[in-house]
Amino acid sequence: MAKVLMKGNQAIALAAVNAGLDAFFGYPITPQNEVPEYLSKYLNERGKIFVQAESEVAAINMVYGAAGAGARVMTSSSSVGIALKQEGISYIAGAELPALIVSVMRAGPGLGGISPSQADYFQATRGGGNGDYHVVVLAPESIQETVDLIKQGFDIADQYRNPVMVLVDGLIGQMMESVDMDKPVKKRHIEPKTYATTGTKNHEGRNIINSLGLDPYYLEQHNYHLRDKYNEIIKHETQVELINMEKADYVIVAYGTMARISRSAIETLKEKGINVGMIRPITLWPYPKKAFDLIPKDCKGILVTEMSMGQMVDDVMISNKGRHKIAFYGRPGGIVPEPEEIVDAILNYEKWVVEE
Amino acid sequence: MIKYERSKGLTDVNTHYCPGCTHGILHKLVAEVLEELNVLDHTVGIASVGCSVFSYEYFNCDFQQAPHGRACALATGVKRVLPDNVVFTYQGDGDLASIGIAETIHAANRGENITVIMANNATYGMTGGQMAPTTLLGQKATTAQDGRNTIQHGNPMHVSEIFATIDRAAYVERVALTDIGNIRKAKKAIKKAFTYQIEKKGFTLIEVVSTCPVNWGMKPREALDWAKEHMIPIYPLGVYKDIEKND
Repeated sequence: MAKVLMKGNQAIALAAVNAGLDAFFGYPITPQNEVPEYLSKYLNERGKIFVQAESEVAAINMVYGAAGAGARVMTSSSSVGIALKQEGISYIAGAELPALIVSVMRAGPGLGGISPSQADYFQATRGGGNGDYHVVVLAPESIQETVDLIKQGFDIADQYRNPVMVLVDGLIGQMMESVDMDKPVKKRHIEPKTYATTGTKNHEGRNIINSLGLDPYYLEQHNYHLRDKYNEIIKHETQVELINMEKADYVIVAYGTMARISRSAIETLKEKGINVGMIRPITLWPYPKKAFDLIPKDCKGILVTEMSMGQMVDDVMISNKGRHKIAFYGRPGGIVPEPEEIVDAILNYEKWVVEE
Repeated sequence: MIKYERSKGLTDVNTHYCPGCTHGILHKLVAEVLEELNVLDHTVGIASVGCSVFSYEYFNCDFQQAPHGRACALATGVKRVLPDNVVFTYQGDGDLASIGIAETIHAANRGENITVIMANNATYGMTGGQMAPTTLLGQKATTAQDGRNTIQHGNPMHVSEIFATIDRAAYVERVALTDIGNIRKAKKAIKKAFTYQIEKKGFTLIEVVSTCPVNWGMKPREALDWAKEHMIPIYPLGVYKDIEKND
């Protein structure tokens, strides 16, 4: 299909519908409001399920129930609201249910502001729910990639029976770009949902959706099983884009909106005769650690750029294994840096070094 | 000659409930109703957090186990996806009236076509006898050691009365398990609630005055008497909402 000009949040809604979304449960919060607004129209038109819940807490638990009943389910929210969903996300991971969570980040902490931010990297990749669990976190840099990852995200969730988060900032949610809604994504083998609580007349025995395990030995085995699953996800689902890595004087590490801004900076620096590469993680969990092995030995250093005070920089330190210098440049509170600031950070690299 | 058989609505396992606890009776009533209405094979139960957390092991149907207070949110998700299945939650007073009051009220207000069974034993049983929203004035709790008082704790919450004010609640009744007569009435109420759900009449809630002998520090018989003498005057039994009659 030809490309259409569309706002990020609307594209998220339409991509979800195209991916076969059966049910959406959400609660209003800026800057993601167009997602539920459009879905309330799209899903009603298609005879599917849309519920505006009384809170984010209720919404994520409706997602739990509907996912357990076998539906393709989604919620969307932003920073403060995602904080409230964390309990439910832990349960959904523990009970091994598929669900898609869209997080359109705004600035924090607390009520913060409604401007774009990347200060919820920890919230997304470390989570605030309890226990040993992981959420697959997909971090697109454009509306096209957001649409493609929404479709992939549902399939990844189904394949591994695990929650998947699509993490964008308010800029991607609010801006308009041309997008092809019908770009095909990788076909996956997805097992029928034999675990769903559809009533015993529809399956052998009783289906129980549960995360409780008072017997420590049972719970230990369950956690080992989850670990094995997470290892499979790490092995098969890590996604990264590498740009201009050969002969890079410096390597920028950035995701989402900051990756786009850094691309512009890389062009400017090239004109100045400085060769800068980029590692752009597309999955924030699992993190593309192996990409760091491709940084040239004589690279002068890594620059991490984020719209936060430095969160992904922790994963860069882990992945770098002390091989290169690491610098960090970021702006918090809802300020989107200009490409010139990134250019300047490379030109004055030593000023921003956080790990020698 | 078999005179008494376990309901097909119950699994063949021993429950973990304490001696004299009325959860056993309540499980039996719900199970018998589901069996008699012939809906067990398309029923989905939602277990809560508290003593009834393990109810998914005892009812012979599909089940989901909910986070504390969120049973009605799960039930909403299940029922919207499976509108022709029977969906019920089985919750305590702490789970429903304290941490889960928002989820329950809004499920009722949306008219979710589900049945809520709430055991009211005026205490947190599973965690060991802390004060509940339903704890009586003067009643001692591990977190209200001198007894509940109005100034510090507020007064007992009247769940059935609250839900009777919700437009889209179809049926609300408070029953008790204190004696044979009341147990029979409780079963009738539960059957009516599930029947309303099957007829897609809307949200139904049955509040069940129950006992917790262990945390009340009483023998089972004394607990039944105490519930009768002290709880029922504060929590009067009866039908609080019936859309078939009020319209």
